[in-house]
Amino acid sequence: MTQPPKGARRSYGVKAAPYGFLLPAAVLFALFFALPIGYAVWISFHKVEIKGLGLGKGAKSEVWAGLENYTSALTDSELLASALRVLGYGAIVVPVMLGLALFFALLLDSERVRARSFARLAIFLPYAVPGVIAAVLWGFLYLPDVSPFHYLLDKAGLPQPDLMDGGPLYLAMSNIAVWGGTGFNMIVIYTALRALPTEVYEAAKLDGCSELQIALRIKIPMVVPSLVLTFFFSIIATLQVFNEPMTLKPLTNGIPSTWSPLMKVYSDAFTGGNIYAASATAVVLALATFALSFALLRISNRRTTQGAGR
Amino acid sequence: MTGLASPTLRKAAPTAGTTPGTSQGPPAPRPRRTALLPTAALVLGALYCLLPVAWVLVAATKADDELFSTFTLLPGSGLGDNIGELTRYRDGIYWRWMANSVLYAGLGGILSTIVSAFAGYALAVYRFRGREAFFNIMLAGVLMPPVILAIPQYLLMAEADLTDTYASVLLPLVLSPYGVYLGRIYAEAAVPMELVEAARVDGAGEWRIFLRIAVPMMAPGLVTIFLFQFVAIWNNFLLPFIMLGDDEKFPMTVGLFTLLKQGASQPALYTLVITGALLAIVPLIALFLLIQRFWSLDLLSGAVKS
Repeated sequence: MTQPPKGARRSYGVKAAPYGFLLPAAVLFALFFALPIGYAVWISFHKVEIKGLGLGKGAKSEVWAGLENYTSALTDSELLASALRVLGYGAIVVPVMLGLALFFALLLDSERVRARSFARLAIFLPYAVPGVIAAVLWGFLYLPDVSPFHYLLDKAGLPQPDLMDGGPLYLAMSNIAVWGGTGFNMIVIYTALRALPTEVYEAAKLDGCSELQIALRIKIPMVVPSLVLTFFFSIIATLQVFNEPMTLKPLTNGIPSTWSPLMKVYSDAFTGGNIYAASATAVVLALATFALSFALLRISNRRTTQGAGR
Repeated sequence: MTGLASPTLRKAAPTAGTTPGTSQGPPAPRPRRTALLPTAALVLGALYCLLPVAWVLVAATKADDELFSTFTLLPGSGLGDNIGELTRYRDGIYWRWMANSVLYAGLGGILSTIVSAFAGYALAVYRFRGREAFFNIMLAGVLMPPVILAIPQYLLMAEADLTDTYASVLLPLVLSPYGVYLGRIYAEAAVPMELVEAARVDGAGEWRIFLRIAVPMMAPGLVTIFLFQFVAIWNNFLLPFIMLGDDEKFPMTVGLFTLLKQGASQPALYTLVITGALLAIVPLIALFLLIQRFWSLDLLSGAVKS
């Protein structure tokens, strides 16, 4: 480097600058991500031991529990049941939501379609509605006394299904997630479609390919990376479902307080008061999420030739 | 993550209104009829998304006795009364929740945008040790289930005697891994390295370069990050639900949840919940419509057009 002395001082400043810019993020990460995670792991290996009657100072102490909390978390039938429920729910939500998102994105991207900006905004709108409020709105739409659907079914003399219990509950719950998430995913896929060079399908168009054929043969294969990304985030969001079932719970007896794994963790920690067991369960869930994420990333990296942009 | 950062090569998509034949170069498309079926499908999708909003708009106009007795899609006569009732409920606590939400989301959004802009800029513009490691660790944070964070966050806040304070809800939300990711993408796309180098040669300090050159160029991206954070915090439920005990500090989501929970035993409160839900989504929808021109939806997916 043939820089003047002054430049040397400046280049020191250049070297230090990125660390300065990263400082706030690093401090916040340490305080609100790393520290809590470490603490959760630490706690998950402990339990409370009560001496005597458990009264007075020092009667309760935290002692090492080893894997005890983990074995009880992994053998907990309630946790297994909630995990299975959420897997069933995810098996409906993810394909339907992404299928609709892709379908609407392709429609927005095709020629000769009207009302595009209206539809784009309307379908995206639910993104602005908090999950709790979405659940309130749909909850009322499901409630026989208020629902317009039940009203119409009643007038038509048809049986009115109870959407808040048993099998239909899965559909009712999935519908809320599909309603809330389709727009966001649609925007991601639509953006990828808009970024494709039109030249790619000009030739196909000249050869008389229909819009449908172009969509199926050219557009969809080219947006696979975005589909992988949206799939990935949808799976994670699905596993973490909490707000919607929690909100619908007061409206029905069909939703137990451990409906989803996160609800189970919440009720263990704050209703049951066993933060040790709850932390172990939370760690298990986090590890499962990571394992699943890495597996998905591995598969998608192998499947998509374009990789993941890196 | 391909397709997110790639600059668009594509010409502006023909809009519905352009007349055929005026475009030069590419072969003239076939006569542009409206494709009825696809348009109908799109409109149907839009109606499905608007349905609950339309329902709540109507339901909020109904008086208590009309809610369960008249056809749901028939407007009632009680919107003014309902809003009055909601305002009187526990001395206007509803508006307190609204103000709290604005505070959490507004202040949190601003702080979050600043932190994301700093970090994103550093990751995009500088080459330094630990750059990729930092970024990857940050992204791993996205995968963290909120509950694994929320329980220990609660316990640590309790240790620090900070639970049930505004800070306990605000602080953990300031750092958003997704915001940092977007900040990096925008900085990479919007700030040309040559300009940074030129400013350095001219003797500008790093801080000055950031403030005077990078921030104005990243502005549209920063608006998007702010809105994204604003919506994320506005929609947040779990963290305030766990941290707060005093309902004077509740944001809208937790407030409405508690109201609904009480409503399960006193159906008279349902009207309040419905009116409250309507008033809670109206400002966000209005915000969306207002700032549409400043905010490109495409930016939300991390795509940047150069």
